[in-house]
Amino acid sequence: MSFVPGQPVTAVVQRIEIQKLRQGNNLILGFSIGGGIDQDPGQNPFSEDKTDKGIYVTRITSGGPADVAGLMMGDKIMQVNGWDMTMVTHDKARKRLTKKNEDVVRLLVTRKSLEEAVKHSMGGYPRP
Amino acid sequence: MDNESTYSGYSYKSSHSRSSRKHRERRDRHRSKSRDGTIRGDKSVIIQAPGEPLLDAESTRGDDRDDNWGETTTVVTGTSVDSISNEDLTRISKDLEDSSPLECRRYLSPALGAILGLISLITPLAFLALPQLLWRETLDPCGTPCEGLYISLAFKLLILLISTWALFLRPPRAALPRFFVFRCLLLALVFLFVASYWLFYGVRVLEPRETDYRGIVGYAASLVDALLFIQYLALVLLEVRHLQPAFCLKVVRTTDGISRFYNVGHLSIQRAAVWVLDQYYSDFPVYNPALLNLPKSILTKKMSAFKVYNLGDENNTNNSTGQSRAMIAAAARRRDNSHNEYYYEEAEVERRVRKRKARLVVAVEEAFTHIKRYQDENAATSSPKHPREVMDPREAAQAIFAPMARAMQKYLRATRQQSYHTMESIINHLQFCITHNMTPKAFLERYLIVGPTLQYLDNSKGRQWTLVSEEPVTASLRQGQVFCLRRLDFSLVVTVTPLPFLRLGEEFIDPKSHKFVMKLQSETSV
Repeated sequence: MSFVPGQPVTAVVQRIEIQKLRQGNNLILGFSIGGGIDQDPGQNPFSEDKTDKGIYVTRITSGGPADVAGLMMGDKIMQVNGWDMTMVTHDKARKRLTKKNEDVVRLLVTRKSLEEAVKHSMGGYPRP
Repeated sequence: MDNESTYSGYSYKSSHSRSSRKHRERRDRHRSKSRDGTIRGDKSVIIQAPGEPLLDAESTRGDDRDDNWGETTTVVTGTSVDSISNEDLTRISKDLEDSSPLECRRYLSPALGAILGLISLITPLAFLALPQLLWRETLDPCGTPCEGLYISLAFKLLILLISTWALFLRPPRAALPRFFVFRCLLLALVFLFVASYWLFYGVRVLEPRETDYRGIVGYAASLVDALLFIQYLALVLLEVRHLQPAFCLKVVRTTDGISRFYNVGHLSIQRAAVWVLDQYYSDFPVYNPALLNLPKSILTKKMSAFKVYNLGDENNTNNSTGQSRAMIAAAARRRDNSHNEYYYEEAEVERRVRKRKARLVVAVEEAFTHIKRYQDENAATSSPKHPREVMDPREAAQAIFAPMARAMQKYLRATRQQSYHTMESIINHLQFCITHNMTPKAFLERYLIVGPTLQYLDNSKGRQWTLVSEEPVTASLRQGQVFCLRRLDFSLVVTVTPLPFLRLGEEFIDPKSHKFVMKLQSETSV
């Protein structure tokens, strides 16, 4: 998941749609995020490349909306509702996820196992 | 030995210089200038200090002494107005017994300087005294203004005297091969000044018997002012100008590659050479020729494996070059193991030295515990019971030298220093250390660390060096110049590089701008 500056980032992503759960006055999604361009990337336990300043999922409350939707710990969030999350500050990411007037967030997430799965599926068929 | 016969004329000269050195130092005002030393083999011009035998403590006393130094010492210097041509050299060398021309030349410049100085100091007084002596009656009476001028004249003369003593009346430290340009300039200037003042005085005052005494006193005062300014000029040219660093000199000793870097100011080559030699004696570790060579067993192994047979009667020269080339090529193709042997031999030598050093340190520590300082208060209590023998430092040193002598000798031999330390010198040093309450470690410092050359020198004799340079030695230092200072068995190669021009910029940092934040890794739950 490392990137070359100036080149477009390519990744295999999975679309995950999470319905926000209303708890009292708040809409919660049931996971925690870490990372951001204003944070220290070296302390991210989930990233392969320790200079990656993207937003990662660090914790998922079991049984919560994210868990139900299929989000996994260690996923890197690439887009939220169409907004890019690869180059945002931590606070901006939080704001994009917790907009009060949205009930649903559609995330594009990527993880290593997705890449492997694609490779396996493509490698199984020898090209003519 | 044939060495002695060649040096006999020189020793005759050296006794001369030693007796007359005292006279020279008393009225010496300037360093002596260009003069030629005795010549060996008609080929060399040498920087020479008085009273020095040619084989001295600095060169090795071992077997690898270069006895042919006379034929190999050459100096290549540029020509200057005062250079002596080759014919003069041979002519002078032929009158080796008659050394008076060289003696006169040596004392010429200090004598000149002293005479000039004396004349210039007496001149103002003469200016004042002569009218009083010769035509006192016709002089205009001159009251208070003259007395004021007298006082100022007296103090200025006193200051002139003191600063002359401080600046110029010092024994010379070196004898340079060519004229010291600035000093000659100043002498010429002083001479011109004084001469022109006397001329004016003679024509305008003595002849018409001038009666305006105040004018004469003012004239004398102006001469003293001018002399003070010339002295200021001398101070700047001789002492101050070369203080600001402008060049970096790299000095490398040819025999063992020890190098140092020094910063100097604008100097001529000969002055820079003297300065470098001053630093050499206190910075460079002493030259020990015994430490230099690879053991012969390693070096000669390469060539000894091949025997070359000469077949036929071809040209000898062709054959020899072909021979050596073949040998070199064959030796290069062979697997070269001599570095291996060198490495192991080095390790072995180091181990041996360390072992002997350990033994020496232990022996010295133990020896020092045998004596202690005698306290007078204990005398009353201890003397009735067991009278201890009271020794002076020399006897104490001799008493404790015996147990450490063998360890010391073995260590010195392992580090090849045995020629620098005689038993006498070791006992002297021991006595010195005991007197000053030094610990064994302080005593051993002299033997464990190789000291600068100055430590092993006895100062009674001067040191002779030859300055070898491709440019005239009175030229200023410039970038890229190289000159050599040669001694009997080694030389110092000096390279000149200018110091870089420094462009210093400025950046202001507000003290309040030093702020820090912790590196974050926050986790937000959404």
